[in-house]
Amino acid sequence: MSQIIDRRPNSRNKNAVNRHRFLSRFKHQIKKAVDDAVANRSISDFEHGEKINIPTKDITEPVFKHGAGGVRSIVLPGNKEFSKGDRIKLPEKNKDSADSKASNTGEGADDFTFEISRDEFLEIFFNDLELPNLLKKQLAQINTSRNVRAGLTNTGVPTNINIVRSFRSALARRISLATPSKKLLHNAENELEKLLVSSKSDAPAVIELQNKIAQLKAKIAKIPFIDPFDLKYNRRISQPGASSKAVMFCIMDVSGSMDEAKKDISKRFFILLYLFLTRTYETIELVFIRHHTSAKEVNEQDFFYSRETGGTVVSSALELMHEIIYSRYPTNEWNIYGAQASDGDNWNNDSPHCKELLLHDIMPFVQYYAYIEIMPRHHQSLWEEYLTVKAVFPNFAMQNINSALDIYPVLRELFKRQILVGKN
Amino acid sequence: MTDEPVKNKAKKKKIPKHFASGSEWTFDILEKFDREIKAIADEYLLDTYPNQIEIISAEQMMDAYSSVGMPLGYSHWSFGKQFLNVEKNYKRGHMGLAYELVINSDPCISYLMEENTLVMQATVIAHACYGHNSFFKNNYLFKTWTNADSIIDYLVFAKSYITSCEERYGIDKVEELLDACHAIKDYGVDRYRRPPKLSAADEKTRQTEREEYLQSQVNDLWRTLPSKENKELDKNVERFPSEPEENILYFFEKNAPLLEPWEREIIRIVRKISQYFYPQRQTKVMNEGWAVFWHYTIINTMYERGLVNNAFMVEFLHNHTNVIYQVPFDDPAYNGINPYVLGFTIFQDIRRICEDPTEEDKQWFPDLVNTDWVKSVDFAMRNYKDESFIAQYLSPKVIRDLKLFVLLSDENKLDLEVTHIHDEPSYQHIRDLLSKQYNISMTEPNIQVYSVDKRGDRSLLLRHVQRDARPLEVTDLDQVMKHLYKIWGFAVKIESVNETGEVVFKHQCPAINTDARELPAEKAPD
Repeated sequence: MSQIIDRRPNSRNKNAVNRHRFLSRFKHQIKKAVDDAVANRSISDFEHGEKINIPTKDITEPVFKHGAGGVRSIVLPGNKEFSKGDRIKLPEKNKDSADSKASNTGEGADDFTFEISRDEFLEIFFNDLELPNLLKKQLAQINTSRNVRAGLTNTGVPTNINIVRSFRSALARRISLATPSKKLLHNAENELEKLLVSSKSDAPAVIELQNKIAQLKAKIAKIPFIDPFDLKYNRRISQPGASSKAVMFCIMDVSGSMDEAKKDISKRFFILLYLFLTRTYETIELVFIRHHTSAKEVNEQDFFYSRETGGTVVSSALELMHEIIYSRYPTNEWNIYGAQASDGDNWNNDSPHCKELLLHDIMPFVQYYAYIEIMPRHHQSLWEEYLTVKAVFPNFAMQNINSALDIYPVLRELFKRQILVGKN
Repeated sequence: MTDEPVKNKAKKKKIPKHFASGSEWTFDILEKFDREIKAIADEYLLDTYPNQIEIISAEQMMDAYSSVGMPLGYSHWSFGKQFLNVEKNYKRGHMGLAYELVINSDPCISYLMEENTLVMQATVIAHACYGHNSFFKNNYLFKTWTNADSIIDYLVFAKSYITSCEERYGIDKVEELLDACHAIKDYGVDRYRRPPKLSAADEKTRQTEREEYLQSQVNDLWRTLPSKENKELDKNVERFPSEPEENILYFFEKNAPLLEPWEREIIRIVRKISQYFYPQRQTKVMNEGWAVFWHYTIINTMYERGLVNNAFMVEFLHNHTNVIYQVPFDDPAYNGINPYVLGFTIFQDIRRICEDPTEEDKQWFPDLVNTDWVKSVDFAMRNYKDESFIAQYLSPKVIRDLKLFVLLSDENKLDLEVTHIHDEPSYQHIRDLLSKQYNISMTEPNIQVYSVDKRGDRSLLLRHVQRDARPLEVTDLDQVMKHLYKIWGFAVKIESVNETGEVVFKHQCPAINTDARELPAEKAPD
């Protein structure tokens, strides 16, 4: 007799180990694909995984096999029109690839394609940035709800019983239920007292009253001290994380000296800050300001990919930022974050002006302002001026950066606070 | 088909007519179907292992798929690759998943997908649980070469052994070795010797003993230090191995000089699993043909007895037709003759010859004509493999039905020649050729361990005997040779020998210098 077993409830991810082995074996190719994806994706586009292509030749498992050539007869099915002795011309290129039919069928047969999930994608992305593990986990989390107390409820588990409120409602119930009887009892006792003055203790009226009193007392005694009805439980609900709005200003120097590599580092810097904000805020607006001698608000595409040349006046961008804050993002509604990337080049006389702008018009209104300078050599005047800003405002961060590894330290303070908040 | 006269009802206890309706299945209905199908299978004398039918989800099927049909496999990246591939194709809709997967074990485990309709489940039960199952139990190759009752235990043992090696020696080291073993796993089978029985318990107890013993053997083999003076003398000393060895993995397990005992054990595991699958590779046409033949026969019998209705039959025939679809040879998707079609057609034809022979059949199959078809197909199933099955049973009618023809492909000519088509003078030739096409030792390059330079540089020489003057594919060859070099620890050479015994190609790893291949061939050892 056959045995029929329902295996559907069994675990489904038997191959998770093998999949992981595969990913780690080809991590170089996958990392390259992720890097390309980061370069092509929009900053706010980190909600899905990525399709990875690996050249088939890199992942074949070699075996002994025949190459093209030789003299042999092949039996084929489905003859339609051939008769004995017919000759069929071979297309020229087929001759070399007689054994690799797949390549003729077109459509990416030469690449092995598969998808990695959002988590795997972020994991690889984070690996470059040397983020602490706890932070990686926090950033990758989508669910930002937390448990908060929300009053009381009549049902719940024993651990959530609110003792004070339960007793208070028990007391209220006892009072309300006992009061009518107590009134009657009081009356009866008064009456009995009067009666005992005038008559004997075994008079029928006395006995009757005594019975009544006993009855009322029993009735009062029967009112339970606490009843399931009285129990009150603390109510907890999960609430979406801080549901306020934030705006993130991305400011980047696009003068000729910012090459692609520097822009790529800047982009990672902006992405990281953006990911941080998505953890904390429900809606985030992005404002892109690029500048050379004058500043302009642009869309993301232009921000990263169009090139301009000319000198550099940083204050133009800061002025524009201030204007935009003033006109569009009232500080009582918006949390404002600033991120600025530059190679440190600035017109010398402009730097003190930048400092003034930051000190008076920007820093008082923003939650956090991070500045990265992508410059392997010595610093210029802008850096010096910014140092004084840093001395005044603890929420101002700045860092000299050579590679993607250096990005995280800029934002470390910011994330540290976030983690503390998250823990509580 | 409510008014279909119900024949042959007497034997059955009364069952509700058409218990099949609708396309949803339930466990109760599956049980009923299984009972009916088993009853019919018994009438047709199908001898099977007990069945264990497991219902699984699509994801689980993908899992099962990727571990090449082993219900539990050790961990390796290649299975992950397989999985990603299956998953991608499935999600894109390029590929339907198999409706079932069946394991050659005792009890015989069949996986049925939950998405299947009722009709599909019934078909699959007939196909896998009675078709494949009886084939596994009775075909001589499976009986000789595999041990259905112990394979699961052995796989458990293999998995835990490899895991423990990973823990002790590191995942990378184990992976490297497995990569190398996988590259030659098709050369890890004994084609002629019967392997001893597999048993997980014995494997474990014998393992320690074996480790010590093996190591002592190997040491003995390599005791003589290479010495220059003796080299000339030793030329005539007995060859090693004395006969060429076809089982390359076996040879490595026993003789590779530098391996640790655990590495030999892992080679053995790959070899044993490869051996387990070897009969399946040799009986693809027969095994699938047999299973299709029986699901077709059994479901038709159910229909004749009024157990299933017209709607059921229409859906069944639709599925069945898809299974036996032959992609045209000139279609880009053509991937060889569909084994389901070929096998099914031949088994159907055997039945036809038994029941309704023509003059031609009497000439070609005098022994088959007018015999009991049940016994005749049973005999064919038990005693043949693809190669001999085709050589014995491919009839002129099947050649005509499938319109088989022969192309001659000659590397020296620019065009292909049609040498034979499905006509009278060609039948015998087509039959021989097709049979040859299913001979694994003809289709895979014939490579054996030829000799080891024991007294010299300890290099290993492999010999490829060409057939049809077909060369080896060089890119892959180079990769495989690197893997072999890793296991052997000393130079590994390969030479191709043509039909006249002349060495026509040489390759070695590591290469002697950049253009080792251009070097004049040394005189080939006799």
